[in-house]
Amino acid sequence: MGKLRGNLLPPALAILFSALLCGIALVVSGANPLRAFGAMVSQVGEGTTAVDIVNSTGVYYIAALAVAIGFQMNLFNIGVEGQYRVAAVVAAVFGGSVALPPGIHALAIILVAAVTGALWAAIPAILKVTRGVNEVISTIMMNGLALGLAAYLIRADVFGELRGNNIRTPEIPSSGWVPGIPLGSSGTVFGLVFLAAALGIGYWVMMNRTRFGFELRASGESSTAAAAGGVSAKKMILVAMLLSGAIAGLVSMPEILGRDHTYNLNFPAGIGFSGIAVALLGRNHPGGIALGALLWAFLDKSGLALDNVGVSREIVTIMQGAIVLSVVVAYEVVRRYELAAEQRRVGRQLGTVEPVGGAA
Amino acid sequence: MSSSTSADLPAAIGDPEGPPAVVLSGITKRFPGVVANSDVHLSVRVGEVHALCGENGAGKSTLMKILYGMQQPDEGTIDVAGERVHFRTPADAIKVGIGMVHQHFMLADNLTVQENVVLGAEALHGIGGKARKRILELAGRTGLSVDPGVLVERLGVADRQRVEILKVLYRGAKVIILDEPTAVLVPQEVDELFATLRGMQEQGFTFLFISHKLDEVRAIADSVTVIRRGTTVGTADPKAVSSRQLAEMMVGSELPSPETRESTVTDREVLRVEGLALVAQEGTRPVLDGIDLVVRSGEVVGIAGVEGNGQTELVETIMGMRRASAGHVVLVDAEGNAKDLVKLGTLARREAGIGYVPEDRHRQGLLLTQPLWANRILGYQTRRPTAKGAWLDIAGAKQDTQRIVEEFDVRTPGIDVAAAALSGGNQQKLVVGRELSGDPVLLIASHPTRGVDVGAQALIWDEIKRARAAGLAVLLISADLDELIGLSDTIKVMLRGRLVADADPNTVTPEDLGSAMTGAGSTSDAVAALDTPVDEEGER
Repeated sequence: MGKLRGNLLPPALAILFSALLCGIALVVSGANPLRAFGAMVSQVGEGTTAVDIVNSTGVYYIAALAVAIGFQMNLFNIGVEGQYRVAAVVAAVFGGSVALPPGIHALAIILVAAVTGALWAAIPAILKVTRGVNEVISTIMMNGLALGLAAYLIRADVFGELRGNNIRTPEIPSSGWVPGIPLGSSGTVFGLVFLAAALGIGYWVMMNRTRFGFELRASGESSTAAAAGGVSAKKMILVAMLLSGAIAGLVSMPEILGRDHTYNLNFPAGIGFSGIAVALLGRNHPGGIALGALLWAFLDKSGLALDNVGVSREIVTIMQGAIVLSVVVAYEVVRRYELAAEQRRVGRQLGTVEPVGGAA
Repeated sequence: MSSSTSADLPAAIGDPEGPPAVVLSGITKRFPGVVANSDVHLSVRVGEVHALCGENGAGKSTLMKILYGMQQPDEGTIDVAGERVHFRTPADAIKVGIGMVHQHFMLADNLTVQENVVLGAEALHGIGGKARKRILELAGRTGLSVDPGVLVERLGVADRQRVEILKVLYRGAKVIILDEPTAVLVPQEVDELFATLRGMQEQGFTFLFISHKLDEVRAIADSVTVIRRGTTVGTADPKAVSSRQLAEMMVGSELPSPETRESTVTDREVLRVEGLALVAQEGTRPVLDGIDLVVRSGEVVGIAGVEGNGQTELVETIMGMRRASAGHVVLVDAEGNAKDLVKLGTLARREAGIGYVPEDRHRQGLLLTQPLWANRILGYQTRRPTAKGAWLDIAGAKQDTQRIVEEFDVRTPGIDVAAAALSGGNQQKLVVGRELSGDPVLLIASHPTRGVDVGAQALIWDEIKRARAAGLAVLLISADLDELIGLSDTIKVMLRGRLVADADPNTVTPEDLGSAMTGAGSTSDAVAALDTPVDEEGER
């Protein structure tokens, strides 16, 4: 009960606070906040918005899981952005250039994407383990490299082909597609949304039930205690980073295998950064991340309706930023409060007189 | 002497005939749900050394924080030199001449003595020549003889402490709170500190001396106030009461003793360290040099040494947290199979049968935000009952945590609370209980009772003795010489990364050990230097 409250209260407060903030911003700019929010909510029922939200949730979810694995052991993998992009190009090129039986083809593409993501993440991981290079800096730089590499790989004289105004990788034959769930005029739910869900379950099991997950969390909480307990910090950094990269590699799979069947210039950017926000919002918990991803997708897709009521849709970006900032603050406040409360509770139950904790 | 310095002192606080330097009356401090101090009375005369005694958790720290302005009392009053004062911050306390020397030094190693002293008090005498002159003036009083331009990292523990005292003097303190000042010192340094305190006392300074080392309290204090369960039990003349009486005032029961009854040492070697060496991470300076050491089944081998002479590194090298540059660490398991561990990682060494109580339970022993049962898994994540293969056995871990809580008397409302919520003594009982589970053949215990209360200390000693009687080999590192002498069957003295002397715990005194630890050479037959030829050392 208390735990649930501790977990749900901060994000609820943060969302409320940021809605308030955006409301004020709207009023200041002369718009009616109620009308704007109303338009966003009613937009969910329009056209393919609902399905778009679900699809988008799946993509954000995978990205956030990749970030969360790093967070669990105090690694800040900002490089999800670059990892999924490189993985997307390589997997699309691979998928478009091999012929395999249906099913196996798709599986092979997914595997290639995961391995590519892991390899791209291996560079900052190895740099950190061997040379102590801060992963924040190296992954940011790898993001820049990823953009350039992707642009190079899809050039017409390398692996890509020119189609009208667009450059893209060769189309993946239908044996490599992953069918979705068609809902008529409402759109089609990506089949790989279920991959996202499965990853979430796997993530929970790994973190909470396996030795590896325990070692990961232990190193994240206290590398010194983990070392004394026989956990090799370097090994954990390497494995966590590779795993994070592998999952990041899967971010583009729902869209490429479910709709686009190719990597082209219109490939979505920024999902890796949204993943960081969603992981923070969901506090690295698979359930929390799911809610966070849903909220993010809702804001993204429903925000489109704001143009119809004459409100700039950039207000959504303000709101997303405000949510992340306030949720981080709120979690910290609640965490400190709860720790103090627990210490008091223990003290009370035991009848000791001093607030406990540490040597006097 | 006192007349020449009285110009520095505020008239009221410096007059031994005037009102008491500090009077606390009726101090009560409540935290939500608990009362940390209740109706505390304390009166400190000008120019005396007043000791404040009590177990950890008795409320000494809270009281001192109130006197130093770090916390505000809910009830009660503070009078300094006869005037009612209200402190909102330590700055207010410093203003009326109260200074505090913390147990853990608050010095920046990479700054000079002068910079450390001046830091935060730049407004007093600037940061240049004037400040330096003032520091030199005051340094004499603290017995500090180093140049103010020396980096603090070059100073020993005793000199660092003098710098801390210098800091509060520089800020004009006349009443100085010393929080367990002797915890980090060897006996000789304690004597020097006491000499310094007596000298300063003659110059009119007043000291509040927090300690639970009763012999020291009796040696230095003019009066002693005992605090128990948040309230003052009474004030006594330390010359008139025995340590035992004081201790009984503190705990309300008899004092535990680390004394072991009879020897249980067998001739079966469990740990054999041969020629172990370690070089510093940066450069080639040897941190450990040619360490030879044998621990037998049923034997407690104590390592004495001033902190920073390689004890931490020795333990971490044996545990595999640091890579030895040379030498062997051979462990003999219960079946008699010898195995060289020197190439293995920490986990493999633990699995081979080493239990490890690290010196810092917060940094190395526990995952503070995790529940107790998750802490039971740490270090045992590959073994039953906490794991099955690659999977954690959470039910098993919880069950075994419950066992530890009961057997080791860990005071907790349950095993689902975070480790951070327990008191230091109970955290340490949990760690010791964990490290004694899984049938280890060797226990490495670094400062196993540091910073724990008397009750937990007695329990931990009992458990170590019991495991020793059952054949456990124990390597004990401790700065508490009474503990070391009381528990050990053999004592080795460590100095600058080498084992330099053997001592017989049956005959050695803390003073003998102390001089061996500082390298002053032994003055007693109980301490035998190891520079003698190999054949004269009975044990190799």
